[in-house]
Amino acid sequence: MPELEGMFGPEVEEETPTRRDFFTQIGVGACAVAAVASGIVTLDYLEPKVLFEPPTTYVAGSPLDFAPGVVVPNQEKKAFVIGGANGIYALSAVCTHLGCITRYKSDESAIACPCHGSRFDLEGNVTHGPAPRPLPWLDVSQDANGNLVVDTGIVIAHGKVFRP
Amino acid sequence: MTVGEWVRNTSVYRSVIRHGIAPTNRNRSLIIFENLFLHVHPVKVREKTLRFTHTFWLGGITLATTIILVATGILLMFYYHPSVPQAYRDMKELQYVVDNGVFLRNLHRWAAHLMVFSAFLHMLRVFYHRAYRPPRQFNWVVGVVLLLLTLLLSYTGYLLPWDQLAFWGVSVGTNMAKQAPLVGERVRFFLLGGNIVSENALLRFYVLHCVVLPVALLLLISVHIWRVRKDGGVQGPPDDERRTP
Repeated sequence: MPELEGMFGPEVEEETPTRRDFFTQIGVGACAVAAVASGIVTLDYLEPKVLFEPPTTYVAGSPLDFAPGVVVPNQEKKAFVIGGANGIYALSAVCTHLGCITRYKSDESAIACPCHGSRFDLEGNVTHGPAPRPLPWLDVSQDANGNLVVDTGIVIAHGKVFRP
Repeated sequence: MTVGEWVRNTSVYRSVIRHGIAPTNRNRSLIIFENLFLHVHPVKVREKTLRFTHTFWLGGITLATTIILVATGILLMFYYHPSVPQAYRDMKELQYVVDNGVFLRNLHRWAAHLMVFSAFLHMLRVFYHRAYRPPRQFNWVVGVVLLLLTLLLSYTGYLLPWDQLAFWGVSVGTNMAKQAPLVGERVRFFLLGGNIVSENALLRFYVLHCVVLPVALLLLISVHIWRVRKDGGVQGPPDDERRTP
């Protein structure tokens, strides 16, 4: 590290590093490594490894309950399970604007956000701003008893319905 | 001999404040120089800089609110547990059960609002008086960081009552952080200590609000006031309006 040499006095001429220079560089280098490493270790420490958060999956009921047009909101899990014309799908109820929980308006067949007035159709498409993106479609599967299981932690492609 | 003179001649007093009470300029300077708390302040100030209209005392008002906030905040901490089942109840207990609790809580709240407002006005005042110009350009940057810390303190304190306002305020705010490119998701995860606004988020915001941010704030306030002295005292309105472009 030649740029360090000027720090310890005027540079006379190019010389082979003395033993003192060598050990100074080792010391400064070791301190730098320790500083960077302690930064990384602290960041790692601050990242929780076990989360005591509620499970992201829930049982939504039998597929037979979801005839086309049926919308079942789940306030706690923040999701809608909807019977569509081609099959069953689940929508996140978390508004894509700033994260408020949207409500299903049965009289208008629409999903609306109480915070800033965003509106969505039953496929999650934005029909009125300020929401920037459609509501995400969530993973739907069946458990051993044949009941629908929604995983709010897994976002699937828009339009991918579940056919039991 | 008055009581004051007697006190100032005791060996205990002289061990703390070594110089005598002779009213010389040198002694007056020493009183400032040799005191940890006063030495950040200029030894001499022009009389006109003390006038209200010179600075509108906005920095001083902001500092005063900071002192109020530290004092009331420490007192509030004696009753507040940063946990999900307790936080909201403790806030209600402070308001309805603890003697003078509602006074301290409201004092903390209003001082916080005033601090943001007076820091903002202070910044405007400095800008319009051109006090951000060299040699004070570094202190302007320190001031910008102080404003940022003030806003972060307001924001982290907002979650602590754990009511609907707090929960949704922080839900919305951390979703804004999520929109930052590349690091947004990670920043949100680290701020909340998880994916949802829950126990970890409350504890993290509490530690930030009560330890990390106040320590940073007090350190930078010291630098800020010390730099006012080193940069030649407070800059009020420019001396001659006609000569300045």
